[in-house]
Amino acid sequence: MGVSVAGEVTISARNVVKAFGQGAGAVRALDDVSVDIRQGEFFTLLGPSGCGKTTLLRLIAGFEMPTEGTILLDGTDISTLPPNRRPVNTVFQSYALFPHLTVAQNVAFGLEMLGKPSSEIKARTSAMLALVKLEAMAGRKTSQLSGGQQQRVALARALAPQPKVLLLDEPLSALDLKLRKEMQIELKRLQLETGITFIFVTHDQEEALTMSDRIAVMSAGKIQQVGSAKEIYIHPRNRFVASFIGETNFLTGTAEAGALRLATGNRIEVPGLAPGGTATVCVRPEQLRLGRPEDGGITARVRSLVYFGTDTHCHLALSDGTEIVARLQSPASGEAGLTEGQEVGVTFAQGAVQRVED
Amino acid sequence: MSPAEEAVLQRSDRNGWLLVAPALVVLGLAAILPLLVMLVYSFLAPGDFGNVKWEFSTDGWVSILFQRDIFDGTLSLADAHLTIFWRSLWLSTVTTLLAFLIGFPTAWFIATRPARQRPIWLFLVTLPFWTNLLIRTFAILEVIRSEGLINTALIRMGIIETPIQMLYTDGAVLLGMAYVYLPLMVLPLYAAIDRFDMRMLEAAYDLYASRWMALRRIVLPIVKPGVVAGSILVFVPSLGAYVTPRVLGGGKNMMIGNFIELQFGQGRNWPLGAALSMTLLIIVTIALLFYVRAANRPRSDHG
Amino acid sequence: MADRFAINRLPGFTAIAVLAFLALYIPIITLVFFSFNAGKTVMGWDGFSLQWYAVAWGNLAVQEAAWRSVVIAFWATLISTTVATMAALGTTRRRPFKGQTAVYVAINQPLMVPEIVTAVALLIVFAWVKVQTGYQGLGYLILAHSAFCIPFAYLPIRARLEGMDLSLETAAADLYATPWQTFRRVTLPLLAPGIVAGAMLAFITSLDDVVITEFVKSAGQDTLPTYMLGQLRRGVTPEVNAISTALLGLTVVILTAFFLLTRERR
Repeated sequence: MGVSVAGEVTISARNVVKAFGQGAGAVRALDDVSVDIRQGEFFTLLGPSGCGKTTLLRLIAGFEMPTEGTILLDGTDISTLPPNRRPVNTVFQSYALFPHLTVAQNVAFGLEMLGKPSSEIKARTSAMLALVKLEAMAGRKTSQLSGGQQQRVALARALAPQPKVLLLDEPLSALDLKLRKEMQIELKRLQLETGITFIFVTHDQEEALTMSDRIAVMSAGKIQQVGSAKEIYIHPRNRFVASFIGETNFLTGTAEAGALRLATGNRIEVPGLAPGGTATVCVRPEQLRLGRPEDGGITARVRSLVYFGTDTHCHLALSDGTEIVARLQSPASGEAGLTEGQEVGVTFAQGAVQRVED
Repeated sequence: MSPAEEAVLQRSDRNGWLLVAPALVVLGLAAILPLLVMLVYSFLAPGDFGNVKWEFSTDGWVSILFQRDIFDGTLSLADAHLTIFWRSLWLSTVTTLLAFLIGFPTAWFIATRPARQRPIWLFLVTLPFWTNLLIRTFAILEVIRSEGLINTALIRMGIIETPIQMLYTDGAVLLGMAYVYLPLMVLPLYAAIDRFDMRMLEAAYDLYASRWMALRRIVLPIVKPGVVAGSILVFVPSLGAYVTPRVLGGGKNMMIGNFIELQFGQGRNWPLGAALSMTLLIIVTIALLFYVRAANRPRSDHG
Repeated sequence: MADRFAINRLPGFTAIAVLAFLALYIPIITLVFFSFNAGKTVMGWDGFSLQWYAVAWGNLAVQEAAWRSVVIAFWATLISTTVATMAALGTTRRRPFKGQTAVYVAINQPLMVPEIVTAVALLIVFAWVKVQTGYQGLGYLILAHSAFCIPFAYLPIRARLEGMDLSLETAAADLYATPWQTFRRVTLPLLAPGIVAGAMLAFITSLDDVVITEFVKSAGQDTLPTYMLGQLRRGVTPEVNAISTALLGLTVVILTAFFLLTRERR
């Protein structure tokens, strides 16, 4: 495998299936999942609850074992290795701090279990507490800390043994909004400072978009798409990804060569589309341009206007009844220059129309 | 607080006392007052045919540990008494330890059953607890006596030819006490383990703890209040045991309880018996105070 | 391949637990089993027979002891449950009064003080009273049993009271019920399962007592347990096994009822 360089694969899941229960009642929490996570990246598993993201995390941590397939760490199969023998640490959703130990004792626990010499344990514990800015709390019991502080202890505890991979199971879900924003920045900083691979599980798309190097969008036990935040937002592979990340408009019609024919009769340029059958495209609301109907585009009627401050959402109905949304920048006057019931011509920004699979 | 509210609360307090009073009368007559009378008796002189002579004497207390030479009246340590004390403490301690070593895995086993099964397992532990102590002691007797289950089985299998003498030994008393008091260990341990958050264990394994280390460093410290409660609940009745050593230990392997009885029977030394009872009471009280302190500590941490 | 890493499995624990359950029940089952033995020892099984039950029942001493046990348990249950119910009402759902901790200690005293100590203390006091008054009846035993049954009756009743919805009584008062009517028509019926549960525990506790009874009883006042203890000098006879089994059966019936009664409220 050679020397470890950024970009090399650290964790690799190969055709992993995880079924709970047996026989007819069995549920496939993970259904043939394959993914490579690179050394030193901030990788996020994103999806709604029950999509299998936490199960995948628990398989990597070692609490569950795959029904089929393998999990590799630096090329070695660790599928059946118990959690205490994997160089992987977890920040638990509930933090799971040990209530009978002090902050420092919590942080030192993993190092002690690894049998490190006490001088090293001491040094690393204080370094970790400094990293999360909790030096002053070293002697406190964890029950005396606030939620944000407990979160930091959990982080320091999991980072102290210098794991190859840090697993974070929705670690910010218990915090209030303001604290969550702070911790997002904090987490990113810690990841850059330590250079450790982070695998982060969340159902919050904004959290995923702002923090991750790469995101795996999961649904129904399968990985739907892997890519950077931009890739996933701009080029969603399928309907699920497009609708789960941000808002979007779907348009379905008949496929023609390089274009899509809508039921309204309008033709939308879709480069590379082959003729035959139906196809679906998506367009983000901010990529819609509204003009006068006589200037061309798809004719639509303004159903309602919702003012959001920086922008205004304009709900439109096409002549066949399809509803779409345009997001317009609010002008200084606050008036969008549109009235409900008005007819407009809808066009799309260059390259904004994306073909998606169903 | 307004006078009206004050009056309501005072009336509530008075009603509280009135409602509690009948229970206090019964307990006072048959549980508390007798202890005070016994304290008085421990400072009297023994009567010639049992009971007491109404004259002050500290002999009851002195003879707990010492014996007076019949000829020159000098005091020396009463070895026989010390042996009985020592046996009682030793047997009670080992009983507690044995009950813990068996009771902890049992409580753990129950607490880790699926939620719907747990009441059944708990019922199976509780049932012997409510069964007559004497019957349970008889049941052990049936198993270990010379013509009992174990010896019969071993002889039938041809492993031994003559029965092993198990009855009327310290081991028999130990076995019997561990048997009859085991549920008292399991129940508080179960309560503590049931409250234990299993995610703590996940965290421990995640941080490289072996199963043994996770048990020693995480589980045991967190469930400690249950361990202390179970130990006290076993230790206290073991120390004051009377029926089990009488049935399984025979006349020779006495514990404090039997020694106390002896003073009211053949010994005809009521003051000594009373003083011994008071001593036992004091030891038990100390153990209970220790328990109260240990049980209250984790709560004050959270507050 | 294992399905998962068993988080809560600790090495050897299940084996020890299973052995513990076997150890708890094998002696009792042995005892029950041989009470139906036609033969005289546990050395061998000589066929099923109820003869030892017949022998026990035909024994006048056993009959008298059994009757005495029931009489004492009945009165002790009645007295202890009544005073415990009042005490539970007095110590819950109100501002703790001064000295309430002392009251708790007093109520739980029989659970904390070794039985032998109480037994000896009662022996001393009752010996004096017996001389002074000349009364030798069952009153002493009933009083002693009533006292140590109080905590067993008190705890389930208090648990029931603490789990009760206060607003029901407020609602009754709002609907013009006097305090007594509220108690009689609302509180008491709601409390009834707790009282019955407490009474059951008190009854079992009284029925099973050996130590205090052994020290307090006057001559010829054997209860079933003290009778059995006295029989021990002749070794464990199948007759004693039969009596034990009968008592055991009674305990199982009462306990099962108790569990069903306290479970229904969840």
